[in-house]
Amino acid sequence: MSHDAEAYGVYLHVPFCRQRCDYCAFVTYTNRDQDIDAYVDGVLRELDEQDRPATSVFFGGGTPSMLPAHVMERLIAAIAVHPGAEITMEVNPEDVTEDYLHAVHDAGITRVSVGIQSTAPHVLKSLGRIHRAEGARELAELIDGVGFSSWSMDLILGTVGERDEDVRETLATVLDHDAAPPHLSAYLLTPERATPLGKDPLRHPSEETLADRYLLLNQELERRHYGWYEISNFSRDGHECRHNQLYWAQGDYLGVGPGAHGHLRGRRSWRIANLDTWLERSARHEDTEAGCEIVEEASARFERAALMLRTRVGVPAAWLADADELSEFVSITGDRAILTPQGRLMADEIARRLEPTS
Amino acid sequence: MAAQKSNTALEIAKIRNFSIISHVDHGKSTLSDRILEITGAVDARQMRAQYLDSMDIERERGITIKAQNVRVSFEGHTLHLIDTPGHVDFGYEVSRSLAACEGAVLLVDASQGIQAQTLANCYQALENDLEIVACMNKIDLPAADPARCAAEIENVLGIPADQVLSISAKTGEGVPELLRAIIERVPAPEGDPDAPLQALIFDSSFDQYRGVISSVRVMNGTLRSDEKVRFMQANKTHEIEEIGARTPTPVPLPAIGPGEVGYLIAGIKTVGDARSGETVTTATGGATEALTGYRDPKPMVFCGLYPIDGDDLPDMRDALDKLKLNDASVTFEPESSHALGFGFRCGFLGLLHMEIVKERLEREFNLDLIATAPSVVYHAYLTDGSMQVIDNPVELPESTKLDHIDEPMLSITILSPSDYTGTIMDLCQSRRAEMTKMEYLSPERVELVYAIPLAEVVMDFFDALKSRTKGYASLDYEPTDYQTSQLVRVDILINHTPVDAFSTIVHRSSAEYYGRRMAERLKELIPQQMFEVPIQAAIGGRVIARETVRARRKDVLAKCYGGDITRKRKLLEKQKEGKKRMKNLGRVEVPQEAFVAALKLED
Repeated sequence: MSHDAEAYGVYLHVPFCRQRCDYCAFVTYTNRDQDIDAYVDGVLRELDEQDRPATSVFFGGGTPSMLPAHVMERLIAAIAVHPGAEITMEVNPEDVTEDYLHAVHDAGITRVSVGIQSTAPHVLKSLGRIHRAEGARELAELIDGVGFSSWSMDLILGTVGERDEDVRETLATVLDHDAAPPHLSAYLLTPERATPLGKDPLRHPSEETLADRYLLLNQELERRHYGWYEISNFSRDGHECRHNQLYWAQGDYLGVGPGAHGHLRGRRSWRIANLDTWLERSARHEDTEAGCEIVEEASARFERAALMLRTRVGVPAAWLADADELSEFVSITGDRAILTPQGRLMADEIARRLEPTS
Repeated sequence: MAAQKSNTALEIAKIRNFSIISHVDHGKSTLSDRILEITGAVDARQMRAQYLDSMDIERERGITIKAQNVRVSFEGHTLHLIDTPGHVDFGYEVSRSLAACEGAVLLVDASQGIQAQTLANCYQALENDLEIVACMNKIDLPAADPARCAAEIENVLGIPADQVLSISAKTGEGVPELLRAIIERVPAPEGDPDAPLQALIFDSSFDQYRGVISSVRVMNGTLRSDEKVRFMQANKTHEIEEIGARTPTPVPLPAIGPGEVGYLIAGIKTVGDARSGETVTTATGGATEALTGYRDPKPMVFCGLYPIDGDDLPDMRDALDKLKLNDASVTFEPESSHALGFGFRCGFLGLLHMEIVKERLEREFNLDLIATAPSVVYHAYLTDGSMQVIDNPVELPESTKLDHIDEPMLSITILSPSDYTGTIMDLCQSRRAEMTKMEYLSPERVELVYAIPLAEVVMDFFDALKSRTKGYASLDYEPTDYQTSQLVRVDILINHTPVDAFSTIVHRSSAEYYGRRMAERLKELIPQQMFEVPIQAAIGGRVIARETVRARRKDVLAKCYGGDITRKRKLLEKQKEGKKRMKNLGRVEVPQEAFVAALKLED
């Protein structure tokens, strides 16, 4: 992972969706298309805080692909970037058209991440997703043909009703062809309290199910030579997401848009999450920061260790007092302790055992 | 009390010393109150219900723990009412109190008839050659059946029914007649005023301003306020600070003569130095022989008491020291348990005593305590012929070194409506008890006597008896001897590491039940770990029950991006802090609350 002092990211949060998925706890709104112009004005104002060129930009959501191509163009143009910067946007399958993809590519997008979640219709239905299961391969061929430097697909594992077979088939559909994405994110379904899924315990996956699916995933991806590099992220060599790596290395980044978080040399801050409040304050040219924390040295050290542990970089083995008792969970390579697939499933517990000395 | 201002002692022929013996709740305290009121010792307006019971717990539980005694005047006589503790755990204190009397009022609830403790206390009074004045209480209640009750008294105790008095301690009806009967029937004390001093201490309590205040009964000679005294059993000399009589207000006196009862203050700091049964004599020219019957009360039940918050340990030690000033029968020594931290191994006269002490520590000293399972005192005989006294299961030597184990036995007497005979017999059989006597006191009431291991009584026997008999059966017990039994220690192992707090000595036949139950309970209470955690119950190396806490499979948050980091770190830091408070047992992290919950459920 790069510790390049120059690394600097911009995260741009797009809080609009056509429909809210019932597992989603992100800051997002439906039926607010009329506010997009005011939102863009606010984002542009916040981008004034950018004090150096970005090495990576990430448009996340919500649904960034709800923004028309010309809006994307305007936003990208407003962000100062280094040559060769990684500029990612999340897209929803239903927004993917050849024209749109070419337009955002022309505007400067170098990487897209498409949330297909699964190719099993009953899984998508259970997740409350609106796109159709069919055509994942056509979608991949379409994206592949545009000429992005890299791209990714997102999957969700552990939905109630999903079987091991569904995961195998999804992976085969998505990966076993020439236009396969060079990067894959796969998330274990996490019922968040404030969501419809969170309030429905009958649809909560068991630890057993999640663990079995995750191990299956690791096995399937290893077989296909996708390298693991963070709990939920896998890629072909050289296709790691640089922007996300910045987060995991405690790098600096500017957060833009409602609810976006930023980090600048040990100061973590977050914007007002409520769209209306954010719009109002922004219109009055008032500060949109909702809160911040100055992370103390010991906390920052622990934070760094806990973040590193989640990645393939691992942590110095000496930080893990009982590393030799944890052979099922960490493998020791040189002086570093790196999570095994079983260890990744227990990463929080192992993080709690970390005693970083630097 | 004008006559007592002179230096001369009371006229011995006009003294009557008596106590009231009865079963719990048969109205002893109410009768004491009424006597104080009728004799004018306490103004009716000042009358506080159950005047003599001074501790809060006594008032709440309606039992007398520490005896009080009081001097009243009635129709030209001086009466000393000796209030005895009402529970079997305090049997020795009862016996000392009775030794200070010539007579006893046997108080029986006219609606309930004779109960186990009535009988036990009455037998004890008879052994002390006391004149029994039998009397039925609560005759004002609709359920009272005086004729049947009197017949029962005559049958069981041989006291003619026509001599049994009827009173209502509540209304005072019949109480003056009772006092007259006491004067008439109870003999005056005897004693030689010129003989060397022999005074019996039959109770001591601690007062934070005055130190130990002892109740004394002068047997021979005269106790004078200006003399030095020697406590013969403790072999210690004390300067008298004050002697006097409780009326019940303490009235200092220059002298206490033979037959009289009073109090003694001599700058003593702990009741352990002025135990019940102690003989007081003059420091010079004193008696050569002590009064008989002195006994050092031995604790019968032990348990570990631990502060739930380890920071309370110094306060707990302080509290035990203070409690000991007032209750010499409690023993304690520091103990540490891996599961519960630091605490004390405490010894008690019985189960009720244990509960009372725990409750007093919690209430009066504001402590939050957890008790390990009570244990009795075992005698472990080793193959080398030596014997070890075991009051903590953890100390039991390994089985290869053991020849056999003896356990303390009790003789228990159960009185019950005869309808419940069957269920009582079932209960006793399940508790390894052997019947030694069964007698019908009347067609409706049966007396059952069993030999039973104390350990079986300690395990909620009384509650079981009460629930099987809807509360109608009464129980009294008396320690007898030690008997060899098939006893084993059951250890509970978490991840192959024994947890000291759960080790227990039980009869072989109930070992599996205990082990299985404890393992099942701990399985529910121990949080899942990274590893599978076996919970085993074992006798020596042999596993008799096993449960498994399955390993956690997943403990990770899938997403951790820019907006998640602060929340994620704070959560991990908090959880890491929580881990530090866990007890570590064979790599297994267990919150102390889990141990506490497991022990609480055991109650």
